Amino acid sequence: MPQLTINGIRIEVERGTTVLEAARLLGIPIPTLCHDDGLAPYGACRLCVVEVGTPPRSKLQSACTVPAEEGLVVQTHSARVDRARRLLLELYVATCPQSKTIQDLASRYGIRRVRMEPEFEACIQCGKCVRMCAEQMRAGALGFGFRGRRRKVMTPFRPQSELCRHCGACLYICPVVELRCHGAHPETTLCSGCINFTPSCLQYHDHAMCFLEPCAACELAGPLRLAGPLSRDRVWEKPEPPKEHGELI
Amino acid sequence: MSAPPTRIASLTDLLHAAARGRKTLLPNHPKILVGMASCGLAAGADEVYEAIGEETARLQLPYVVAPTGCIGWCSQEPLVDVRLPHKPRVTYGRMDAHKARELVRGLCDGDLKTQWAIGLLTSHDNPVTPTRTRTRYSKLSARVDGVPRYEELDLFRRQVRLVTRNCGVIDPTNLDEYLARAGYRALHRALTAMRPEEIINEVTRSGLRGRGGAGFPTGKKWEVMRGQVGTPKYLICNADEGDPGAYMDRAVLEGDPQTVLEGMTIGAYAMGASDGVIYVREEYPLAVKRMLEAIAQAETAGLLGDNIFNSGFGFRIRVVKGGGAFVCGEETALIASVEGRVGEPRQRPPYPAQKGLGGKPTCINNVETWANIPVILMRGGDWYARLGTGGSKGTKVFCLVGAIKNPTLVEVPMGITLRQIVYEMGGGTPQGRKFKAIQTGGPSGGCIPESLLDLEVDYESLTQAGAIMGSGGMIVMDSSTCMVDIARYFLTFLADESCGKCFSCRKGLQRMRQIVVRITEGLGSEADLDLIEELGWMVRETSLCGLGQTAPNPVLSTLRYFRDEYLAHVREKRCPAKVCKELITYRIEPTLCDGCGACVRVCTSEAILGEKKKAHTIDNAKCIKCGSCLEVCQPQAVVVS
Repeated sequence: MPQLTINGIRIEVERGTTVLEAARLLGIPIPTLCHDDGLAPYGACRLCVVEVGTPPRSKLQSACTVPAEEGLVVQTHSARVDRARRLLLELYVATCPQSKTIQDLASRYGIRRVRMEPEFEACIQCGKCVRMCAEQMRAGALGFGFRGRRRKVMTPFRPQSELCRHCGACLYICPVVELRCHGAHPETTLCSGCINFTPSCLQYHDHAMCFLEPCAACELAGPLRLAGPLSRDRVWEKPEPPKEHGELI
Repeated sequence: MSAPPTRIASLTDLLHAAARGRKTLLPNHPKILVGMASCGLAAGADEVYEAIGEETARLQLPYVVAPTGCIGWCSQEPLVDVRLPHKPRVTYGRMDAHKARELVRGLCDGDLKTQWAIGLLTSHDNPVTPTRTRTRYSKLSARVDGVPRYEELDLFRRQVRLVTRNCGVIDPTNLDEYLARAGYRALHRALTAMRPEEIINEVTRSGLRGRGGAGFPTGKKWEVMRGQVGTPKYLICNADEGDPGAYMDRAVLEGDPQTVLEGMTIGAYAMGASDGVIYVREEYPLAVKRMLEAIAQAETAGLLGDNIFNSGFGFRIRVVKGGGAFVCGEETALIASVEGRVGEPRQRPPYPAQKGLGGKPTCINNVETWANIPVILMRGGDWYARLGTGGSKGTKVFCLVGAIKNPTLVEVPMGITLRQIVYEMGGGTPQGRKFKAIQTGGPSGGCIPESLLDLEVDYESLTQAGAIMGSGGMIVMDSSTCMVDIARYFLTFLADESCGKCFSCRKGLQRMRQIVVRITEGLGSEADLDLIEELGWMVRETSLCGLGQTAPNPVLSTLRYFRDEYLAHVREKRCPAKVCKELITYRIEPTLCDGCGACVRVCTSEAILGEKKKAHTIDNAKCIKCGSCLEVCQPQAVVVS
């Protein structure tokens, strides 16, 4: 059983434990966005970075992916870690200011200013939905497409994945869940599309994966269904999505 | 061209095949060599090769005509070499089909056409053979009037060619010629006379460090790998050379593919590996072809496969082509890519040596690292360690490109100064413009200013200067380059090529790029500079892999050394190098303009007005600042301000 030191406290953990889990055992809070106990660690959000090693040869590494090894020395809240986390959070808020999760984290870390203009992106690409879909739901309908600036969560090739069971687990696990309803009209803020069988979301987002129970309006009255049984191969006019809506995952 | 398929199983066989190779390498007939690597082909070497072949056939000359790799004289491509029996090799530069035909006709009249010759290769010294073979030429015949010898040329004087020892010398498609240059002797020695520990010990003593850029001690890596218990073990040759302007690995793969195979096989024996993968980028079609040919030849000759040299040891190599993602040069992303997954790096530890390809122990080394191994084994680690500096041993291949008179590929001992590389080998900056900076280590390297040109090149000194060794690309910039614009270029490249997994790298680089673009448009503020510095620090600290950890280098190093240029952009809204389009205007100086109309003809946006023979004017509302008028104006009346 490896023994490591976190913030000066020695702790013995089972082999295979990550530093994040060890720190939580000690009650040390480490903020995360892409981590979930039920999912494989991914290390994408970088919020959980901790200082591993003794300065000056220490490095910042993501606690959720670093295995707890014998003799490891970890600082979870050093000045360096704090500075990195605050800058990350500033970047997060600027990217996705509509997320309550991110706003809460930012206020907990005392972020008082954001020096970049807001982008209102709908997704921070933490990959929780991808892992949820593959690991827990055993569907694997979602994945990452492209790389760099163009990278996004998407279903492969088709707007609607045949592997998707509309279980909604991806929406449940998403830390920036504010993208649930995309049909709201700016005037009334009410969509009602699900009740009236006139979902406008599909028209905005042709690759939309609508998971809301008990909607299924698109199945009954969506443009795909209305166009007839061969509709999958047909192309329909897609109206330009309004600017104030971010792109769905 | 290639050898008859005979199995080489002993030293006698090896020497026999080498003798056969020597007949084509140094034939008793005149020999004409054409540099046919990608660089030569791009300059038109295939036409030259064809012309020479046709002309020798037409005149029924018993000449040996053969392709060869890249000798590194990029500015003179296409290169043709002529070797008369027992005479030194004469190199001709900037050949074309017409000149080539004339050269062949001249040769059959005994005229060497020395007016086109640019160098004389008098020595066939081979660094692999322990005792230096004396050059065969008497002092008299080693001179051709008016042609400088290679060792007198600034470009070659300081070079020590170990990795590229056969590039531009042998025909890369001919295994026998590689054997004639003492090829596979190191492998024979390893398999028949050395224990694996001894090999690793030799590599450790040589002080060889990973040539892919990070500089991890190779011997240490091999030792860790040897200690792993899992089987099978894999070796990977990282030939995913994605840096813009760098082509060291390509030169080796195309010019001397067998040395990579030999190095890998030695490594496999030392580490107990059974399978190897060469990960080449698909954008190098010729390198892929050469590697596949080389593997097939080595397998036929029994130098790859089962029971090599009857030692009972077997090793196989296959080629995997990369899909063109820069990040796949990172070892964990490379493994993911070989396995058929998305090329995204993952956390280390576990290191590839512990859990690599398919969860098995895997050792990844760069092309250049593998190519060094046969030399180290033949000459010994101590001999190798005599080259270079305290912490960085041996030689390094560099590609010198950009604003330089002679773009070139050189192999020099570590510890050479940047000034020697730029001014002696590269000939300095062209058109009398002032040297400004040199960027080392590819897109995530840093820009080093003139004040640090006397820096001795090794891993530590470059890192200290805010740059990195990287894989060895060097891009020279002169006074016509705007450093802010350069930072914008590299940020764009990296923001596109980041895999996007880490939020810090993906978004951080995008934001930094946004800010730098704003500065080049004259919309930046001084607070922006601090913000870039902070973001750069954060990206470097919190990113997972080498790409993210080095990505801010171009911005941070230009900010460190060229802050005044950034300040000119944000304070005075001025681009000192006159590059950033939003900050410059073109106008015509009426006293200088003779109204020739040349600018009117090249202007694509019809922005230049004026009558013939009278001074013209530029309509700034229409001008797209392409600079075409500036280039054509003879009296230099077009002024940028």
